Amino acid sequence: MKIHKYDTVIVGAGGAGMRAAIEATKRSRTAVLTKLYPTRSHTGAAQGGMAAALANVEEDNWEWHTFDTIKGGDYLVDQDAAEILAKEAIDAVLDLEKMGLPFNRTPDGTIDQRRFGGHSRNHGEAPVRRSCYAADRTGHMILQTLYQNCVKEGVEFFNEFYVLDQLIVEEDGVKKSAGVVAYELATGEIHVFQAKAVVYASGGTGKFFKVTSNAHTLTGDGQAACYRRGLPLEDMEFFQFHPTGIWRMGILLTEGARGEGGILRNKDGERFMEKYAPVMKDLASRDVVSRSIYTEIREGRGCGPEGDHVYLDLTHLPPEQLDAKLPDITEFARTYLGIEPYTDPIPIQPTAHYAMGGIPTNVEGEVLSDNTTVVPGLYAAGEVACVSVHGANRLGTNSLLDINVFGRRAGIAAAEYSAQADYVELPENPAELVVSLVEQLRDSTGTERVADIRKELQETMDANVMVFRTEQTIKTAVEKIAELRARYQNVSVQDKGKRFNTDLLEAIELGNLLDLAEVMAVSALARKESRGGHYREDYPNRDDVNFMRHTMAYREVADDGKDSIRLDYKPVVQTRYQPMERKY
Amino acid sequence: MATPTMDKVEAEAAASDHLITVTFRIRRFNPEVSADAVWEDFQLEIDPKERVLDGLHKIKWDLDGTLTFRRSCAHGICGSDAMRINGKNRLACKTLIKDINPAKPITVEPIKGLTVLKDLVVDMDPFFQAYRDVMPFLVTSGNEPTRERLQSAEDRERFDDTTKCILCAACTSSCPVFWNDGQYFGPAAIVNAHRFIFDSRDEAGEQRLEILNDKDGVWRCRTTFNCTDACPRGIEVTKAIQEVKRALITRRF
Repeated sequence: MKIHKYDTVIVGAGGAGMRAAIEATKRSRTAVLTKLYPTRSHTGAAQGGMAAALANVEEDNWEWHTFDTIKGGDYLVDQDAAEILAKEAIDAVLDLEKMGLPFNRTPDGTIDQRRFGGHSRNHGEAPVRRSCYAADRTGHMILQTLYQNCVKEGVEFFNEFYVLDQLIVEEDGVKKSAGVVAYELATGEIHVFQAKAVVYASGGTGKFFKVTSNAHTLTGDGQAACYRRGLPLEDMEFFQFHPTGIWRMGILLTEGARGEGGILRNKDGERFMEKYAPVMKDLASRDVVSRSIYTEIREGRGCGPEGDHVYLDLTHLPPEQLDAKLPDITEFARTYLGIEPYTDPIPIQPTAHYAMGGIPTNVEGEVLSDNTTVVPGLYAAGEVACVSVHGANRLGTNSLLDINVFGRRAGIAAAEYSAQADYVELPENPAELVVSLVEQLRDSTGTERVADIRKELQETMDANVMVFRTEQTIKTAVEKIAELRARYQNVSVQDKGKRFNTDLLEAIELGNLLDLAEVMAVSALARKESRGGHYREDYPNRDDVNFMRHTMAYREVADDGKDSIRLDYKPVVQTRYQPMERKY
Repeated sequence: MATPTMDKVEAEAAASDHLITVTFRIRRFNPEVSADAVWEDFQLEIDPKERVLDGLHKIKWDLDGTLTFRRSCAHGICGSDAMRINGKNRLACKTLIKDINPAKPITVEPIKGLTVLKDLVVDMDPFFQAYRDVMPFLVTSGNEPTRERLQSAEDRERFDDTTKCILCAACTSSCPVFWNDGQYFGPAAIVNAHRFIFDSRDEAGEQRLEILNDKDGVWRCRTTFNCTDACPRGIEVTKAIQEVKRALITRRF
C-alpha cells in the first residue's frame, strides 16, 4: 500500500473532472485519478452541442434558458442553480472557445448555434437556436480541448486508477473527507490518497440498463463509494431515456438531427410528434418524445416485423447538410446498420442515457451529508452529482454545459478550500475496506458469474423501470435486484492475477451497479406520481402537493450487518417560476 | 420517405437469430504466467452483424475471464480498443464480424510498436508523450477578447479533418518507421500538431514546426499510407503529414 498526499484530488477525467482540474491545478497541488485515459471518457460521445444564450443568430437571453431548464425538469429543478447554469453558460462557452475549441461558425465568424429539444424563445413560443456546436462531435471537441489545456497547465494524472472508497472521518460530530482509496489497474497495488479536498467527477450509472448509450465503464463508482459511506443519493429515480438510440444497440443519434430538421415517423410514415407536442413537435423534451415513441409502438404503429421501433427520417435533408452538420451519426448508421441515411430512414428506439440524480451538492459543488449539512472537503460535479439543475428531466445540451459550469465551480471551490484547510487525519487502517473487497473477490470460490448477474440486472431494469413504470413492475425489479445482490455474495472471478485484472474490476463495478439499481428502484417505488423521466402509469399525473420534493436515499446498516435503504425528502428551491402544467 | 432498404434491414434482422460459428485466434501474453506470447483459439457462436468487440466480450464473459483488453464506449468514439485484426489496425468496436471473412479464423493481436503489457493491452505512455511534445494546445498572445475570437467558416474548415483524432494510436502503430524506431513522433502526434498549425487563431505554428523539423520529426515519414488506411475516423493522415512538410519548406501555413 502506498500513501500519497495532495491538496486536491479529482476523481474522474471527463469534462467535469478536467474542467475542475484546470482550475484546481492553478491554485493547489492537484492529482487527477481516472479509471481510463482521460480522452476515453464518455463526454467524448456527446454530440449535439452546449446550450448558451449567446444570441449569435437570433434573439435570446439567459432568463429564457433558465425557464426552459426549469420547465424541462418538470419543476423539480432547484431554481437558484438553474439560474447560475444559464447565466454562466455564456462565459463557459466563450472560455472553451478561448481554450481553442473549434466551434462551427456563422458567416460572421462567430460561434454558430442550432435548435435543440426544449429550448425555446420567450417561454415556449417557438424553438430557438441556442446550442453551440461543432458538427455532431461537440463532446469530443470539449474533451479534447480540456485535455489539451490540462497538458498546457501540467495537470498530474494517475491513469487507470480506480477509486473504490471514500474516506470519511467524523470529527466533533461532523463528517469530513480525509481522502480516497484507489486500485491501480496495471499492478493491482492499492493507493491511499490523503487530500484536503476531493472532487468527484466520475460520471453516470447507465450500465445497469441493457439498451443504453452509455459506455461499458459507466458503472456509478463515485456514487457507490459515497453511498456506502453513509452519504445520501438524491433523485436517483430520475433517469433519462434518449428518444433516438440505434435500434437494439442503443448507440446515441443526436437530438441535433431533429434540430437540423429530422422527423420521427411511425410505420404509416406519419409525423406522430405533431399529435403529442403541437408547438415543439419533434423538439419537445426528451421524456415527452420517448413516451410518445413507446405509445406509438404499444398502439401497434411501430415499424419492422416486430413493430418495436420507429424511424428517424433525414431523407428530406440535403446530403451536404448531413455531411457538414451530422457526419458522425450518419456514419454510425452506415457502419452498424448498413443503411444510407441520405435515402433511408434510420430505425431507432429510446435508449437509457443520463442520470439526473446523484451525489447531492450545493451550487459551489460542496457535497451534502443531509438536506443542509456540507461535508467539509468533499465536492462533486457533472453527471455523478445532483445540484439539481436537471430536476426530473435534463434538456439536451445542458449536460455539456453542466460539466463546464459546475466542474469549474467545484475545481475553484475545492482548491480554495484546500489552500486554507488542514489535512484530516487518516483512519487507522485506511485501505481496509478496499483490501478486503479485492481479496474476497479474488479468493472467492463461489459459483456465480459476473456476466450472468449483470445480464439479469440489465434485463430486469429494461423491463421494469424504463420509460413506463407501475407499482408492480418496480416491485418486480426490487425483488429481482435483492435476489441478484444475494447471489453476488457468491460471485467469483477467473483472473486471480495482479496485472491488468479487468475481470476483478468488472466484478467490483457490478457490485456498484447492484447497489445503485436498488436505490433507483426503491426511490421510484416511493414516488407515486409522474414527473419528467419518472412516469408511473398507475399515477399518471404530477402531484405537486405530495411530491414537489427531492428524494434523499441513505444506506442504513443494522447491528446484524444487513443493509437497507432509508428514504427522506428535501424541499425544491423555487425562486421566480411557479410550477405550471408542462406542454410543448 | 423511402423504405426499400429498410425492408432489407428488417428482413435481415428478422433472420438475425441466425448465428454462425467463428474462431477467434488471439495473441495471449501474461508475464505473471509465462514470458512467452502464444496464440490461443476460441470458438463461439455469434451474429455476424455483431462487432469484434462483442466477440471478445463473449470470450471474456463466458469462456475465459482472464482475456484482457481495453474498451469503453463501444462505438468508435473513445479510442480504447485499437487492435490488429486480421493483420490490420482497427477498432474492435467498429469492425463487424461479417466484414472480415468469418469463415476463416479471425486473428486479434495487440497494436505493434508499443510494449505489450498483457494480452491486447499495450503501454500507451510513449504514445501520449509524443503527443504532449508537439504542444497540442492553442497558443495566443495579447489581451483576450471579451467575446469569442472570430474565425471564418473557411478558416475553420482548414483544419477540420485533424480535429477528428481520438488518439487511439491505430495510425502510429501501423507505421513501419515507428515500428523500427520508437523515437519517431509518429502520425498521431503530427496530426495533432497539424490541428493547431493550421488553426488561424494559433500563434505557435513556427515552434511546432521546429519541433517536427527534428531528426525524429516529419522527415522520417516515408509516405506508405498505412496510417491513412488505419485511421478509424477517416482522417487523411498522410496528407496532413505532407502539409506539415510543405509548411516546413515554404514556412506558410
